[in-house]
Amino acid sequence: MRTERRAARRRQNRTGWAMALPACLLVFLFLITPFVMAFGLSLTNQRLISPNPTEFVGLRNYQRLLGIGFLTIDPITNDDGTIRVTDGETEYPRVRNFTRGNPDYPHLDRMREWFRLGISDDRQFVVLARDVVFIKAVRNTVLFVVVVAPVQSGIALILALLINQKLRGINVFRTIYFAPVVISMVVVSMLWRFIYDGENGILNTLLGVFSFGAIEPVSWLGNTSTALPAIMAMSVWQGVGFHMVIWLSGLQTIPQPLYEVARIEGATQWQKFRYVTWPGLRNTAILVMVIITMQAFTLYPQIEVMTRGGPLDSTQSLVFQAVVRGYEKQDIAGGSAISVLLFLFVLSISLFQRYLTRERD
Amino acid sequence: MKKIGTIAAAVAAVGVMAGGASAQTKLSMWYHGAGNEVESNLVNQIIDDFNASQSDWVVELESFPQASYNDSVNAAALAENLPDILDVDGPILPNWAWAGYLAPLTIDEAKLEGFLPGAVGRWNGEVYAIGLWDAACAIYARRSVLEANDIRVPSLDSPWTGEEFDSALEKLASSGEFEYALDLGMAWTGEWYPYAFGPFLQSHGGDIIDVSANMANGSLNGDAGLAFGEWWQSLFERNLVPGTDQDGADRETGFLDGKYALQWNGNWSALPPLGQFGDDMLFLPAPDFGNGPKIGAASWQFGISAISENKDGASAFIEFAIQDKYLAAFSDGIGLIPPTSESAQMSEKYRPGGALEVFFELSNDQATLRAVTPAYIVGGRVFEKALADIANGADVADTLDQAADEIDADIEANGGYM
Repeated sequence: MRTERRAARRRQNRTGWAMALPACLLVFLFLITPFVMAFGLSLTNQRLISPNPTEFVGLRNYQRLLGIGFLTIDPITNDDGTIRVTDGETEYPRVRNFTRGNPDYPHLDRMREWFRLGISDDRQFVVLARDVVFIKAVRNTVLFVVVVAPVQSGIALILALLINQKLRGINVFRTIYFAPVVISMVVVSMLWRFIYDGENGILNTLLGVFSFGAIEPVSWLGNTSTALPAIMAMSVWQGVGFHMVIWLSGLQTIPQPLYEVARIEGATQWQKFRYVTWPGLRNTAILVMVIITMQAFTLYPQIEVMTRGGPLDSTQSLVFQAVVRGYEKQDIAGGSAISVLLFLFVLSISLFQRYLTRERD
Repeated sequence: MKKIGTIAAAVAAVGVMAGGASAQTKLSMWYHGAGNEVESNLVNQIIDDFNASQSDWVVELESFPQASYNDSVNAAALAENLPDILDVDGPILPNWAWAGYLAPLTIDEAKLEGFLPGAVGRWNGEVYAIGLWDAACAIYARRSVLEANDIRVPSLDSPWTGEEFDSALEKLASSGEFEYALDLGMAWTGEWYPYAFGPFLQSHGGDIIDVSANMANGSLNGDAGLAFGEWWQSLFERNLVPGTDQDGADRETGFLDGKYALQWNGNWSALPPLGQFGDDMLFLPAPDFGNGPKIGAASWQFGISAISENKDGASAFIEFAIQDKYLAAFSDGIGLIPPTSESAQMSEKYRPGGALEVFFELSNDQATLRAVTPAYIVGGRVFEKALADIANGADVADTLDQAADEIDADIEANGGYM
């Protein structure tokens, strides 16, 4: 009796594993293997094209990406010891005097200035990085996630609430909101390049018309201050429909009687949302946030099509840099190192999100 | 009628191939021009003629879209699956030769005499590929505009000096008739930057990579490089040229519409303005910034893969393809510059008195190769970014330092590309 049951269970197990096998195989082949390979390659000097053998280089690729240095510089003094002032500004020596073959500063060799702070009137603190472009890519990507994740999920929720009504023709709105999602991001980016065009773009034309010419045309993608926000706005618009649908599915799982009870109790619209809808959306919210965060970290096609990282690195992103290095500059090892760092970033943020949203009893 | 002819030809071709297949060896050939019908017809014509002209070899063509051609070659090289004959873009030829994709040609050097320098792909003392054409850049201008602004019309023998060019731009800008004095084509990202603007650096006396020293430091960021960088940045600061956010449509039509007084452009765009402005249209030589007037050289060229087992046959095909009649046919068909003076004479537009004759002269006199080293493949990309950053206001010395360091780090990482 007992052995029979055990045999049946074993048979069941075997069927289960057999059914899971194809999926496991695909996951192993196309997700786990490439990641392990990327990790391995990031410890070598692998090139895209090269007749030379690949060598193990340890953590060198990571050191080159993450190397940071500090430097305090004093103003240039005149022969008599006074501080030299040109055009009303204290003149400092150029950073390249310290970073290019200066025997007194070997640890700063070939580093570049990231930013500087004035400590006092006659002293400046300079933060240097071995790879400023990478550091800027990290900063831009994080900024992108921090802005896009809440804005996109917020707007998606509002849209979902709006279309979760039984109105005539509501499907038309659902379709309109969802339409950008089914268009390829590359196509969307191309179209928005025209919208953002500095001279004849639709956005500038509209702003000009509605402000009666008071707003001068802005080169949205050509200014360091507007390029990244412009890409953020477009990305939110493109992805919002997808998350709206997820929210919508969450909304429709909330039992109607709860709303009826709330109505009988005399709850206001806000109270209904706060005490019925929002708690009912808890799991959906976690899902939406995790998906948006991961998607936002892999920011790439918009950058490739619209700005290629410019102007002045104001739109560099991690994935874009991984592609540029690994592919255009043929440095597979360097590109792999960026991919591994990106993976660690996303993993730690996902774990942190899991921790924040854990079940509390 | 024409269709019937084509079908008949195809049937005949199949018949010939089937009949002679047993004695003939197949040569596979890859070409980057898929999607362009005229170009495909020209290549097919050469192949058909070659196959009919002898009985040892049969060339079979496979065409790729240009955007994915290099990827396909890289993938095939990794899989040791390269075709016998392939075409390669001039500036990356040294890299492919170094990487062992290409074998040196065994062609008689005498046959290459009289070829434009940009059409012969040399590296390390060997010829690896030959082009059926070249391309050239010129300053597009209108005689009436120059005369109205009291600007001397330069000639091949006496091009503008750097100062003359600069003052011409200032005059055109202050005339107030144009949005910008000059259109450099900043909208055309990619290889256009090093191809079109690298010669300005070379004319200043620098280069992206100093090939003899095998490094970029001292050449890209040396005195000549810094002088070039300062001048480059000043063009944008003085609002003489549109910046990196230039609208692609303006690049295409801005000169025709009179938005731009001058335009830095290639021979492939020459016919529309010539049609619009007629005799008023001028194609001016590059200015001389002190080290001679220079324009970019080298386009797509045909070579033989290193793993080909039929190098004799591949070589025979390339020798067959560089007959003047085919060079002229390519020029007539898709507007490229024929690479020999004989073929130029046979061509419609580049023969003496032809509409684009000046481009052949420009190619002959001013064409300068992009740094002939395997390191160019990375150097060109780094230079492109540096030019864009400097145009957007980045510090010139710091940007060129960084670019030179990056190129040198790549050279080091590749064991000096030895």
